[in-house]
Amino acid sequence: MSKELLEIKNLKTSFRIKDDYYAAVDDVTLTLNKNEVLGIVGESGSGKSALAFSVMGLHNRAKIEGNIHFKDADIANISPAKLNKLRGDDMAMIFQDPLTALNPLMPVGDQIAEAILLHKKDMSTKQRRNKVVDLLNKVGIPRPEHTYDQFPHELSGGMRQRIIIATAIANQPELLIADEPTTALDVTIQAQILDLIRDLKEDMNAGIILITHDLGVVAEMADRVAVMYAGQIVEIAEVGALFDNPLHPYTRSLLNSMPSEDEAQDKLHVIQGIVPSLQNLPRKGCRFAARIPWVEESAHEENPELHEVTPGHFVRCTCHNHFYFPDESKEEQANGVS
Amino acid sequence: MAFLKVEDLKVHFPIKGGLFNRTIGAIKAVDGVSFEIEQGKTYGLVGESGSGKTTTGRAIVGLNEITEGKITYEGEELNIKGKAIDPRRDIQMIFQDPYSSLNPKKRVLDIVAEPLRNYEKLSRKEERQRVHELLEQVGLSPESILKYPHEFSGGQRQRIGVARAIALKPKLIIADEPVSALDVSVQAQVLNFMQDIQKELNLTYLFISHDLGIVKHMCDEIGIMYKGRYVESGTKQDIFNSPQHIYTKRLVAAIPDIDPKKREEKKQFRQEVQTEYEQSYNDYFDNEGLAYGLQSVSDTHLVALPEKG
Repeated sequence: MSKELLEIKNLKTSFRIKDDYYAAVDDVTLTLNKNEVLGIVGESGSGKSALAFSVMGLHNRAKIEGNIHFKDADIANISPAKLNKLRGDDMAMIFQDPLTALNPLMPVGDQIAEAILLHKKDMSTKQRRNKVVDLLNKVGIPRPEHTYDQFPHELSGGMRQRIIIATAIANQPELLIADEPTTALDVTIQAQILDLIRDLKEDMNAGIILITHDLGVVAEMADRVAVMYAGQIVEIAEVGALFDNPLHPYTRSLLNSMPSEDEAQDKLHVIQGIVPSLQNLPRKGCRFAARIPWVEESAHEENPELHEVTPGHFVRCTCHNHFYFPDESKEEQANGVS
Repeated sequence: MAFLKVEDLKVHFPIKGGLFNRTIGAIKAVDGVSFEIEQGKTYGLVGESGSGKTTTGRAIVGLNEITEGKITYEGEELNIKGKAIDPRRDIQMIFQDPYSSLNPKKRVLDIVAEPLRNYEKLSRKEERQRVHELLEQVGLSPESILKYPHEFSGGQRQRIGVARAIALKPKLIIADEPVSALDVSVQAQVLNFMQDIQKELNLTYLFISHDLGIVKHMCDEIGIMYKGRYVESGTKQDIFNSPQHIYTKRLVAAIPDIDPKKREEKKQFRQEVQTEYEQSYNDYFDNEGLAYGLQSVSDTHLVALPEKG
């Protein structure tokens, strides 16, 4: 058996605006192995969530082209009935906002039980309840028996996110997609939830796609990282390689715009311009070119492709060979004056 | 004389219930907080959700009524009812969410001019002129004056919020999580810009945030809040290099490290802190789970510890 769990090939997810289709995910090819965490990083509008929703088959009216191979199925071309069998059972998703993802009128225990009921019909109500209590225990909820009958509004944000996680892992999925699982949480809770996801991965031998905008979270969690910009993967590498030797101008700019550990730096790096909206995405040439206008046009490829620079480290376009930060020299001058 | 002095501030919200909807208790959102800010500095107020940091900020601007305590601004006491001149035009606020803090039905001109209309009597022409200047100052094009908020990106909206805040040339700005709704690159833009106008206008910031990375970047002095009380306060160096209170240690340990090689080390460290937290919980918190009074460790560094005795 191969160790590949999920294989996405030339995925293109387009949304219709007026009469045209615009691709939010444009030609993405990815693999995910068992017991691996793949981090997907990008700003809002980069297509990372659209990618996750495509894999889960959650898009309602989008046009999906390409292949998503998971187990024996191709999720991009699957009947809804088959998809419903996979979803919630072999693959599951952890959503960003734990308040809106839960039903406010249903005790949380029943919501978890529902996920089990849909896929394992032969369990008795009592068995199911015991199983849910086990799950609540597993995600670190104190007094699970009591929490079973509580409603979402009675729980804190961190507890709610644990309920979501318990629901997602109820049927021991092989594929888990976590879309910004900690963005709505406080730092100390974030640390706990991340540790929990990591332990569960070891436990279940599952593959996890972790979507986030927080590079710190990726550095702590991921085995491999894919950086997305404007619907495309611009760089993908092992986590160590990516942080040690980031290549694509976008990756480098992102890393530079974070407040760093050493306080020496005065100004944060700002990426010029804004993330283009779906309708205004540059469809030709390097999509990041407009945000680094000081780099010569000849540095970019006409049709940027992913190049393998070192084994396992792919970068799109050739512009990274010619990239520099414009303020690298200016900054020193500015410091001298002030 | 301190620029802004908060003494033993308490903000309690009543809990109604029972027969005739009487007050049956109080939520102590802010429960005895004192600090001072010097002019031109940035003071960071850190805490998790529910710690009372936002309520403290809102009480200073006057959006929450204070229950007890004293807020002195440039030697003048705030929050005295029926006072003719409100020094509060000098104190303005930048809100967290640039999507909900701007009225979608108003044009940028009306949004930015609103504080001017409240406090200054300007002719139409003068008002327009002022708004132009303000937009220029925050780096927005003059054409945006007749646009509506939905036509702008998140970073630009936050700039409109800043333009409104600086319209009356305030001296103190309370920034409540000004960048937490923004992407990393836009965040950098807004933070840089806030530092620029701080120098330009000699502003003082009270910077409220849960993100320690940003607080470390922006602030000179920091106060850490937990359940309405201070657990620790000090300079940036005090807090990050030698945190004393277990709660602060836990917060600092929880910041994700950008270096993937330190992952195991970091996890171990976090576990140690967690163990210490569980074991010594009673040494740091009283039997209601609240922080003790502050004791000074050095000239600048205060920690909430039980009194020795």
